Amino acid sequence: MADVTADPAQSKRLFPRERIIQWAPLLVLFVLLLLFPFFEWLEDFREAKDHIYLLDSRFFSIRNAARIAMSSAPALMVAVGVTFIIIMGSIDLSMEGTVSVCAVIFAFAFIAWGGTILSWAWLAIPVAMLVGAAMGFVNGIVHVKLKIPSFMASLAMGFVGTGLALLLTGGDRIRVEDPIFRSLLTERWFNFPVMCYVALAFLLIAWFIQSRTTLGRNFYAVGGGEELAHASGLNVERVRIMGFTLAGVFFAVGALLAVGRIGIAETATGNNFMFVSITAVVVGGTALWGGIGGVWNTLVGVLIVNVINNGMVVIGLPGWVQDGTLGLLVIAAVVMSTDRQSVSFVK
Amino acid sequence: MYELRAVDKTFPGVHALKAVDFKVNRGEIVGLVGENGAGKSTLMKVIYGAYQPDGGNITIDGTTVRFQNPRQAMDHGIGMVFQEQSLILNLTVMENIFLGYEQQFVSFGVINWKKMADAARHQLKKVKLDIDPSTITSELSFAQRQLVELAKVLTLEERVDGDLVILLDEPTSVLAKEEVELLFSLVRELTNRASFIFVSHRMDEVLDLSDRIYVMKDGEVVDVVNHDEAKVEAIQHKMVGRDVDKEYYREQKQLPYGDEVVVSFDNVSMGRSFKDISFDLRRGEVLCLVGTEGSGREAILRTVFGLDTPTTGTVSIKGKQVTKFTAQNGVSSGIGYIPRERKIEGIVAGMSVYENMTLSQMGNYSTGGVLRTGEEKALARDWIDRLAIKTPDVYKDCGGLSGGNQQKVVLAKWRSGGSDIILLDHPTRGLDIGAKEDVYEMVREMSADGAGIILVADTLEEAIGLSHTILVLKDGEFQKRFDGSPGDKPSLFDLVHYMI
Repeated sequence: MADVTADPAQSKRLFPRERIIQWAPLLVLFVLLLLFPFFEWLEDFREAKDHIYLLDSRFFSIRNAARIAMSSAPALMVAVGVTFIIIMGSIDLSMEGTVSVCAVIFAFAFIAWGGTILSWAWLAIPVAMLVGAAMGFVNGIVHVKLKIPSFMASLAMGFVGTGLALLLTGGDRIRVEDPIFRSLLTERWFNFPVMCYVALAFLLIAWFIQSRTTLGRNFYAVGGGEELAHASGLNVERVRIMGFTLAGVFFAVGALLAVGRIGIAETATGNNFMFVSITAVVVGGTALWGGIGGVWNTLVGVLIVNVINNGMVVIGLPGWVQDGTLGLLVIAAVVMSTDRQSVSFVK
Repeated sequence: MYELRAVDKTFPGVHALKAVDFKVNRGEIVGLVGENGAGKSTLMKVIYGAYQPDGGNITIDGTTVRFQNPRQAMDHGIGMVFQEQSLILNLTVMENIFLGYEQQFVSFGVINWKKMADAARHQLKKVKLDIDPSTITSELSFAQRQLVELAKVLTLEERVDGDLVILLDEPTSVLAKEEVELLFSLVRELTNRASFIFVSHRMDEVLDLSDRIYVMKDGEVVDVVNHDEAKVEAIQHKMVGRDVDKEYYREQKQLPYGDEVVVSFDNVSMGRSFKDISFDLRRGEVLCLVGTEGSGREAILRTVFGLDTPTTGTVSIKGKQVTKFTAQNGVSSGIGYIPRERKIEGIVAGMSVYENMTLSQMGNYSTGGVLRTGEEKALARDWIDRLAIKTPDVYKDCGGLSGGNQQKVVLAKWRSGGSDIILLDHPTRGLDIGAKEDVYEMVREMSADGAGIILVADTLEEAIGLSHTILVLKDGEFQKRFDGSPGDKPSLFDLVHYMI
């Protein structure tokens, strides 16, 4: 029985597109990890110093791995949050505002309720997560009920958040100096600070949501075929609102880790999260039009972005080269993951 | 002057055109009729250059031509007036008329709008449309847009040396009666400027307008009739002309249906889609809605499922009147909807086989929002066996399955969730014969299980072979009801007669 719709060309190829796209991000990360030590080796070789490749590398060392992990942790949380949204085929650009508001409210509540985890101040942590959820919820409502495209709704909400954070702080920095909370940074297990393990735990939670819950399944269904999801009886609007709410919670976790890392909450705490998180999600291989990808892709993406940043610092390249490289990487990632034959126009 | 000789076109699995001879003389209006899938649209696409034929040749005034794309065909004087109107609604009338050919009005990189308006007025005069060329197209009525479309094609007159051939694809489907009359008299007058090929489902109009009529069936031209000899009934017979194979449609497995009414329509109307439709669907019954494209069949399915809300009338599902029309309500009252284009609406490509199967019933396979994936996979394995779905495992991306197997996954999704009202919209479109037979088998099994089925069939044979009851619709209105008990089925001709 011959099938009319089967595409024989696809099954014949040894490395079909899908498989290449699936493993490309990991391959890029791997190449980067070997490339930066090579530049170091090259430099020392020119100056005729003793240098054993990889072993004598400043980049390829446990200390530097911990540094990369530490700078990745807050960004990973924010990127995981936005991953869910991108899987649904929407986009969330509110992260900078949400992170700032969550950080500032957390810091105020933490200090007002005792200033140490051992007092009632620990409640500031769930409060910050609730604030994140609330902001995401409003975001979702504005997007779904007022039918405003998600990028616009969330971008606007992000500005509202940044403004709100500035209003609350009056431009001041709030110090969070509780040694127990700061142990997120100062306490190390196996050379890595505690915050890396916290981020790992939340990554596992995100993975569980993605693969084992109806909500996670719904994200993929909405992103893969919204019409069909609707025709299968799914409440698409509710799924979208819940997606934005969940993303808000992960933004809040990102805010907590960011405050834990530098010990300060301010309006600027959220700066730079937008570019880094969106870049990480895209570079990790999650498709911008939804349905494909996941939190592990995002982990790889975040690591790629931070390895490039870190590696360029280690081999001493200026900042504009880093930004330029990341920009080119985003374009390369989107080019690779877009099937241009099936997309005729892009607006 | 324009002639196709022994033109052949094959798509994977389908021989769409079989040695078709086709000829248009100067100033002639040629009609083209045939059932859905007879090859009309393929033939038209070959004529206006969207498809390249695999065999045979095309000549204009004796010279062989070969078009790589519609633009080349236009340069040889062949223009198409599309059924789905191709005007860009937010542009002005004149911008639409000269879309892609603005260069002639450009001097020093700037468009001379006055010159374009004058040229557009000249074109509009040809179709007797008295409107300002700078009107925004969306402000025009459908009939006016149709004329603008015709005017756009007639610009070929100035650009091309030879004669014009203009294809009209279902030009009357959105027009009122008087507008149709106006269009026809205009086309008759325009025959001094161009020849026309006229394609329509409305047989009386084709007979009225055409000098000669080509009748197509299964990719072949089965007859060419002159205007004077043309009779509606004779042409309809030629269009269908074959007997139904009882074996093929599992007719011996057709059982009498039950008494319990599962879906009831009482004088239901919805906007412009359908009017005053009433029927009862009972357990085990296969009810088929028959009609041409746009006769309201799909809209009725959407209303049963809850995707559309009717304007008047009462819909009851299993004895309960429906008050809120949502897809969620449809699914929870046991309705399964299998829409037409599987790739778009049937399965989620990128999700696995088992994920697709439980998409509509995740509530049954989760506790507090956490999925019991083990049970999901067990269910999927069970149904993969029952329906002989060809897939390496339950994790396979559903988008990678063949059309027939995707269709089975969709059926498994609804049946495994206990849906007992199944709406099938062209369930066999694009499937090969073997896969079609599997679908017929499933329809019989579901009906024997006591499911009520509403079917919009891909062909009339299918409708007759599979159904207990046939409702014929035309322009959204009920025409005739046929009972199709085995051995006493209506003939194709009976149906076609009420359809068009």
